[in-house]
Amino acid sequence: MVPLSWYLALSAVLFTIGVVGVLIQRNIISLFMCVELMLNAVNLSLIAFSRLHTDVTGQLFVFIVMAVAAAEAAVGLAIIIALFRSRETLNVDEADLLKL
Amino acid sequence: MEFSHILFLGLAALAVVAAFNVILQRNPIYSAIGLIVVLCSLAALFLTLSAQFIAAMQIIVYAGAIMVLFVFVIMLLNVRAEETRIDKQKYLKWLAAPLFLALLAEVMAVVQYVNLTPQPLPSANGAADPQGVLGTVENIANGMFINYLIPFEAASVLILMAIVGSMLLARRERKEDVERIEKALVAQQEEEQKYEEEVAA
Amino acid sequence: MSSLLNSIDFQYVIGALVKIAVFWIFIMLVVAYTVYAERRVLAVIQNRLGPNRVGWQGLLQPFADLLKFIFKEDIIPLAVNKWLYILAPIIVLIPAMMVLIVYPFGPDVPLPFGGAISQTLNDLGARFGMNWNIDLRAISLHVTNMNVGLLYVFAMTSLGIYGIVVGGWASNSKYSLLGGLRSSAQMISYELALSLSVIAVVIQAGTLDLTKIVEQQSGRFGIFNWNVFQWPMFLPCIIAFTIYLISAIAETNRVPFDLPEAETELVAGFHTEYSSLKFALFFMAEYVNMMTVSVLATTLFLGGWNGPWVKDIPWLGPVWFLAKVFFFLFLYIWLRGTLPRFRYDQLMNFGWKVLLPAALFNIVLASAIGVLFL
Repeated sequence: MVPLSWYLALSAVLFTIGVVGVLIQRNIISLFMCVELMLNAVNLSLIAFSRLHTDVTGQLFVFIVMAVAAAEAAVGLAIIIALFRSRETLNVDEADLLKL
Repeated sequence: MEFSHILFLGLAALAVVAAFNVILQRNPIYSAIGLIVVLCSLAALFLTLSAQFIAAMQIIVYAGAIMVLFVFVIMLLNVRAEETRIDKQKYLKWLAAPLFLALLAEVMAVVQYVNLTPQPLPSANGAADPQGVLGTVENIANGMFINYLIPFEAASVLILMAIVGSMLLARRERKEDVERIEKALVAQQEEEQKYEEEVAA
Repeated sequence: MSSLLNSIDFQYVIGALVKIAVFWIFIMLVVAYTVYAERRVLAVIQNRLGPNRVGWQGLLQPFADLLKFIFKEDIIPLAVNKWLYILAPIIVLIPAMMVLIVYPFGPDVPLPFGGAISQTLNDLGARFGMNWNIDLRAISLHVTNMNVGLLYVFAMTSLGIYGIVVGGWASNSKYSLLGGLRSSAQMISYELALSLSVIAVVIQAGTLDLTKIVEQQSGRFGIFNWNVFQWPMFLPCIIAFTIYLISAIAETNRVPFDLPEAETELVAGFHTEYSSLKFALFFMAEYVNMMTVSVLATTLFLGGWNGPWVKDIPWLGPVWFLAKVFFFLFLYIWLRGTLPRFRYDQLMNFGWKVLLPAALFNIVLASAIGVLFL
């Protein structure tokens, strides 16, 4: 039987990798993907706890989190497309002025 | 060392290696493929935790729809691999690895230190659910549509907002919009002129 | 080490592996002969002979084709992205083949000499002092009966889309990129209508388990309880059946929805730059997808392995199942020989503006009838 702390440790590692990714990535789309990585790490932790307490609420929470992540990805990518149209670059460092 | 331990370690190693791939690759397509591998290995881990429905949802929604959206946007915008960056502060990239280890140590300390139950930590795949009934469709439907119906409906409204919002934000400049804005500007200028004439008189 | 060996349920694992091997070989043969059947049937429709030289009536043609593909020169263009170029056919093929573990081929059949085989195997185990308890008198003709079987099928079809888009992009050619993007956009659009149309069947059955859905369609002489004939849900199921068939043809990129890979339009779409074995893998994946979709159509709508006299002769179950699956494959080939193809914007228009609202309306209708009569 796999102990619960192993799942939590994996979730922690994935979350930390996501945080570091957000800090070091320069491409805006890769940055967004690291945010999705963090969301998935939290999903894993929620499901592990749901299994611990044999309560299905954790899994429902994950379902809603997935719906929210889908909505966020759609709107975020639309914003990125609009940003790309006006600035012609996807480098986060160069998007540092409010108006071109 | 049981088979479930080996299975977990294999899937966890795959997920961690693919996650490092996501953050360290220059080409965003390779990052996207790494993220897809992470999502699929997490789906397999969900299966070991009796969450069958969520595992299928993870692959259909996350790996099969959201990541397809990412890949389409990357190809649409024709994103190349990063050219050599002009690092404004060159020393920062050497700080990344030590800071990563520090953050990891902190999170692990919290995970290990917090006592989850008064007794010794029970295992995640304990005997509490030998048949895997916890994550079946019937169980999830019972919880979702009886106890948590309002979050479900709220999520559907949220998705509707996302559909409308993303369509509006990613739209090209249309001639009708430009003409409408110019007409409004002209009308506003005429109003200001009239107001100034009134004030002068 | 002993704890590792004790924690694996060997009987289940070995049984599953044997079944997977048998089913896989069978499916590969069916796919190979579907290609041959397509060429012969298209020939009849087009008033010519098909391949009839290799073996009697050309029945060994698939093996000749396989040999040809293996010995052809494997050209990898210089400017391609090497890893992704080689990975793309694998990404298309593996999820397509992974679906076969949920196919319900038939009811639990009695194995001839099953009792004797189990007895000998148990004695062999007793010789080593192990208590094996093997019972082979009746075998179930599906590898697994997942609780979320239907969702698993949709998950695997979603994963297959990546191979197409990655293959098109990695080939570094205009035709491939356009073909790959168009093909995958078409697939994800029609996947929506496909998934929504089967909800009528799920409401009727109350479960996503494919084996249970088939079992609920038995009785009444084996024909009149199929989902398209069963009271009360026959009307939503018939509408769902038509929507499902049309979406399935679009999902597998077949005529009349095959613009992304038609020769006259985009050279060959996303597999323009592929040759020999990698092209063969793309080709095979398309036919395995066709098979998956046909199996799902028979399971959900036409009663799976149900038919007359299955109760008395259980081995007749797989025969009816295969007959129905072959009928759908023949339907695919027949459509290919008869219909012209859609333009791409007509295709997308149809998928989003006609099929998707129809599927949503069908869900409302099915729910209303379900609440009233079930």
